[in-house]
Amino acid sequence: MKRIYLDHAATTYMDDCVKAAMEPFWHKNFGNASTIYKEGIDARNAMTASRKIIASIIGANPDEIIFTNGGTESDNLAIFGVARLHKKGHIITTKIEHHAVLNPCEVLEKEGFDVTFLKVDKNGIADLKELKNSLRKDTILVSIMYANNEIGAIQPIKEIAKIIRDFKKKEKSANPLFHTDAIQAAGYLNLNIAKLGVDLMSLNASKIYGPKGVGCLYIKRGVKLLPVIYGGAQERGLRPGTENIAGIVGFAKALEMSQNQAVKESKRLIILRDYLIKGILKKVPHSALNGHPTFRLPNNVNVTIPGVEGESSVLYLDAAGIACSTGSACTSQSLEPSHVITALGKSKEDAHCSVRFTLGRKTSKKDIDYLLKVFPEIIKKLRIVSAI
Amino acid sequence: MKQQREWIYTKTVKEHFFHPRNLLLDDPEPGEFDAEGIVGSPACGDVMKMWLKVDRKTRRIKNLKWRSFGCATAIASTSMFSQMVAEKGGMKLEDALKLTPRDIMECLGGLPPYKIHCSVLADQAFHNTVENYFQKFPEEAPHK
Repeated sequence: MKRIYLDHAATTYMDDCVKAAMEPFWHKNFGNASTIYKEGIDARNAMTASRKIIASIIGANPDEIIFTNGGTESDNLAIFGVARLHKKGHIITTKIEHHAVLNPCEVLEKEGFDVTFLKVDKNGIADLKELKNSLRKDTILVSIMYANNEIGAIQPIKEIAKIIRDFKKKEKSANPLFHTDAIQAAGYLNLNIAKLGVDLMSLNASKIYGPKGVGCLYIKRGVKLLPVIYGGAQERGLRPGTENIAGIVGFAKALEMSQNQAVKESKRLIILRDYLIKGILKKVPHSALNGHPTFRLPNNVNVTIPGVEGESSVLYLDAAGIACSTGSACTSQSLEPSHVITALGKSKEDAHCSVRFTLGRKTSKKDIDYLLKVFPEIIKKLRIVSAI
Repeated sequence: MKQQREWIYTKTVKEHFFHPRNLLLDDPEPGEFDAEGIVGSPACGDVMKMWLKVDRKTRRIKNLKWRSFGCATAIASTSMFSQMVAEKGGMKLEDALKLTPRDIMECLGGLPPYKIHCSVLADQAFHNTVENYFQKFPEEAPHK
């Protein structure tokens, strides 16, 4: 059976050009970038070139890019890195962050840090008034994601940066720092750090048609933080360990390609996304969209289908050849419903019944038409089974 | 060594999830069943309803129908339970009451630890239904 992959927010297939760019670094140019002979220098050159590419895409200096093993590590480095340096203080984040941000914040809370989890409105946009009121003299870090992974909500990063800047000016303080997790945004939105006004930004390759296991943290010059793992001098000591050269080369290529086609691809996907949203709302009785109708990532559709638990929908769709995901964490071994959907003010029941479709480069209108054909039938069947 | 899986849960779970047995399709007619029961809550992501018909003479379960809101393992657990107690002539009520969540789980070929509660819920739904049956027909209740 032909498979239709609609879970691009989970991960993406690797682009052929990315794969080709990585190819020499598995066994031809395999050197350790920390060594001083030719093989090492070749590896280091490849890494330096990749760092420059990524830096120039986001408008940073190459020394502001720290390579990591992915998005989760980048988020952890940003949060623990700042917290470990200050040893105490106040952190602001939102209720709808990825667990790579939420869990570190919760750990720090247990360790004695104060954490404010900002509310979001019914569309998933952070409450900026609450942000203003939450800023304190001892606030060391604000971490707010650029675009949400479950509902695609895009946060007003520039406005948030301005609020923080104004506060710092008024308080004549160097703190708080502003971190954003831009991992889901990287395929579609502008990543220019000067425009965004962030001090720290997490990026990752595996959601933008690059390899898994590589990402980076942008750290603005002058911003100090401590490493979370120790062992060597690589990445200015902030991320020790032999560099993943093939991954880094692939990451740079993937980011370059994604950003080059971001505008065009966004336009294409927005049409498909809205077609899918309209189709589901029309063909599946009582279905509802989660998140804002337009102020969302071009590839994200998240719907609640009352009476049908998300996992059941996902597995029936899987049997029909469609790969998608649930906002509900049922399949991810925790039985708690999605913290993102409940943060929108929806009931736990609604959160249990959410399904996410995330489109991507290979998604065609034909794929969406097939989904719109089988999904209503599946829901009809599962509603017969349902006890509510 | 465990074999490589082709599906997230066992083959039996898959079979029951896609082809549920004894599902109540139409709302019951008055008198069609002797009792009904319900457990779970939509907020927790699981609701199971059962309908029971008992042969008064033999005390065997004539019919056990169900509906289930929940994940694949919740649906499969209820379906499996209904098959265990209501098929092949039906189990005696007191024997069915002796079944445990572990029995359901074993018949399903096992559940991951975080899904064990699905088999517990199926068991609880049945106990809730039988309780309702004994309330309606106190003469059928075991002497205490």
